[in-house]
Amino acid sequence: MRAALAAFLFAALCGTAFAQQSAPPADTAKEALPTPKDPVAAKRAVALGAELRCLVCQNQSIEESNAELAVDLRRQIREQIAQGRSDREIIDYMVARYGDFVLYRPPFKASTALLWVGPFLLLLVGVIVLRRVLAGRRRNAEERPLTEAERREAERLLAGTGKTE
Amino acid sequence: MKRALVFAIPLALFVVLALFLLRGLGLNPREVPSPLIGKAAPQFQLKQLADPATAFSEKDMAGKVWLLNVWASWCVACREEHPLLVEVARKNLVPIVGLNYKDEPADAKAWLKQFGDPYKLSVTDRDGRVGIDFGVYGVPETFLIDKAGVIRYKQIGPITPEAWEKKILPMVRELEKS
Repeated sequence: MRAALAAFLFAALCGTAFAQQSAPPADTAKEALPTPKDPVAAKRAVALGAELRCLVCQNQSIEESNAELAVDLRRQIREQIAQGRSDREIIDYMVARYGDFVLYRPPFKASTALLWVGPFLLLLVGVIVLRRVLAGRRRNAEERPLTEAERREAERLLAGTGKTE
Repeated sequence: MKRALVFAIPLALFVVLALFLLRGLGLNPREVPSPLIGKAAPQFQLKQLADPATAFSEKDMAGKVWLLNVWASWCVACREEHPLLVEVARKNLVPIVGLNYKDEPADAKAWLKQFGDPYKLSVTDRDGRVGIDFGVYGVPETFLIDKAGVIRYKQIGPITPEAWEKKILPMVRELEKS
């Protein structure tokens, strides 16, 4: 019951958040999805849907979203599986229409290079900074003999404390 | 020197981050660039809204620069851009074909009667399949198609007067020359 309520509230939010572009009314979305009888095909459909981003509720996959478009695209996936298309072909079909944006794992390209490499680059910078800081600390901690001037200063201070007592 | 670096590095990092975030503020995550721009418009054949016995295909517009406007009677934002389309049609600037997306024909006809019909004709895409071929994910969307049938521009969301004056109309004029 609570889950259903939460799902309803989320769907409602999803609908109102994008008032600028409209979604079709819910009552036209009642057509049932052709659920594949074959459990392997059903699993494939779910796995494919989970790989694809819904363009209406952008942080949900096609499999999760209740947006009208996600329902249509789920139907497309199931139909194409029934027609014997491969996963690759179905993904290509989606990318040809909606671009790399629909992929949760976009391909490595010039435009996505920073996305893929960025975290590792930051990690590398972090490691370099850490090493330099640690090396600096070690250098400060090393013992070195006092210079002549420092020795004399220390003696003067020691002698001085002796007198004030 | 070293002291200066201690301040300069975090400051530089902050500036870079701030610039990225500032750019992000100006971007609309709802506007997903279409992979169809520069490609031939998807082929389709659909019934006309006014005359379901007659089919319309994108080939019927070959040799013309035209707009394909995706609309629906349930679409609130369509009402926002509609006066602009009516004006464009009145001035005869460019032919507009309507793709009536996931709509009831009766509702669609009533809507056009109420708000005016700027379309050369509308076609009905009741199950939204042609919409999917065009990568439609929200309504309204408008495609600018050239004489060779290649999509040159896509407006996501309502056509604003600014987008019309600065982008679409200049492109239409340019494409009509070629």
